Amino acid sequence: MRVTVDEDRCCGAGQCVLLAPEVFDQREDDGVVALLDGKPPESLHATVREAAEVCPTGAIRVDEEA
Amino acid sequence: MGADQTERVLDYPIPGPEVLEPPREWEELRRGCPVAHVRLPSGDPARLVTRYEDVKQVLSDPRFTRQLNAEGAARISESETGGVFNSDMAARVPDTGEEHRQWRRLVGKWFTAKRMTALRPRIEAMADQLVDGMVEHGTPADLKAHLGFPLPVWVICDMLGVPDADRDRFSHWSDALLNLTRYTPEEMERAQTEFDAYMTGHVEAKRAEPQDDLISSLITEVAEAGADLPGPALVATSMGLLVAGHETTANMIGKMVAMLLDDRSRWESLVADPSLVRTAVEESLRYDANGGVGLPRYITEETEIGGTTVPAGTTVMCSMSAANRDGSAFEDADGMDLGRSPNPHLTFGSGAHACLGQALARTELQVVLEVLLRRLPTLELAVPAAELRPVDGLIVGGLSEVPVRW
Ligand code: HEM
Ligand code: SF4
Repeated sequence: MRVTVDEDRCCGAGQCVLLAPEVFDQREDDGVVALLDGKPPESLHATVREAAEVCPTGAIRVDEEA
Repeated sequence: MGADQTERVLDYPIPGPEVLEPPREWEELRRGCPVAHVRLPSGDPARLVTRYEDVKQVLSDPRFTRQLNAEGAARISESETGGVFNSDMAARVPDTGEEHRQWRRLVGKWFTAKRMTALRPRIEAMADQLVDGMVEHGTPADLKAHLGFPLPVWVICDMLGVPDADRDRFSHWSDALLNLTRYTPEEMERAQTEFDAYMTGHVEAKRAEPQDDLISSLITEVAEAGADLPGPALVATSMGLLVAGHETTANMIGKMVAMLLDDRSRWESLVADPSLVRTAVEESLRYDANGGVGLPRYITEETEIGGTTVPAGTTVMCSMSAANRDGSAFEDADGMDLGRSPNPHLTFGSGAHACLGQALARTELQVVLEVLLRRLPTLELAVPAAELRPVDGLIVGGLSEVPVRW
């Protein structure tokens, strides 16, 4: 699984960080998403998918194949 | 369905049969008339969207804003005061474009998930203290007055750096400014004057001696960027956070507890397995059928919504509550499933304007639920759900009281 984030779309609501702090963080200065792990381990796949689905701006992209 | 269905003009908002139940019309509208003609309480016409996809599309379209002061935009009502989505909010929180982005960046860093984790123990201590007060008062008690109403305003005080000793005064001002419980115009005016005077003094004190709070950090950062944020702008931001975060969260606490107690097997399953708290909070946010009037958007250029062409100059009301019950987006949409996951409900809006305080609102709701489950596992509604009454006013839906016993 490969995860990418679109910083321009992110509204800094922090949903992703609440769900998967191992994979997502927020920049200290403005709350915009920062990707910590673009290739998360298997055990986190379900939470990462959930984060992508509930992100209010659709800023998280999950590529299952890669 | 067909043509005459589209021509029918519904009065909006549509009342539910009971305060915790959705109006029967939602399903009909989603199926047959997804961009309905409605008449708002002011008498002005608008279009109502109820399908998940359509509501999400309109809310996330950056061209359309909640600013209803455009010429020709519909007014929701003649006299509505307070509330997050009306002119009050629009006047205090920059609404569009670069100014909005900057404001969000400055204030947004106070609402990150990390901040919430750090804030959590303090919120828990506040909730415990409020539950102590409710227990001292004795059963039955109004959970809204004892817990739902005071908690969110205490939390906002904490962020703004307002000392504990001033919390009760602050809480009173918020109540009167938003007219949450009935106040006379004179009382509201006095609250406004006192609030302005207090906050102006507070801002000056922070300017003289910055501390670790939102006001101090706004002052310091803007100063570092070589600009100056005048006192009134800071007072307005504080007021904006109260407008956006107090009534909404207070009502949601009451509704969440009422929904979970209405069918007590829900409460029992949480007592048995508190690890369900997170998903139960999300499901309460989704399931809430009494979410208020929804979000207005002023359509500035012709656009297509759900297969219907909507001309420029139209005011569209987005019903997040109806969208959250759309069976094409949620399996068993009319069932409350405390473990539902993922749960991409639209209760906090969508897109660039999605609720800035959502991480905070979630934390407050989770903490309230955890504390209640731990302290009062025998909690139950003290009146039948059919006797619960909605709050006055239409913008933010809620219950006027949540009588409980334990
Ligand atoms: C359960 C409680 C809450 C609900 C249901 C809620 C809902 C919403 C919704 C639907 C919007 C979008 C408005 C729009 O698109 O026009 C919004 C915006 C906003 N909310 Fe919340 N909210 C809640 C709690 C809070 C809290 C606790 C705060 C902060 C103290 C807050 C601060 C804001 C702000 C500042 C905005 C404006 C964001 C912007 O325009 O960029 N909200 N809220
Ligand atoms: S959930 Fe989406 S919008 Fe929110 S911080 Fe994460 S990436 Fe940004």
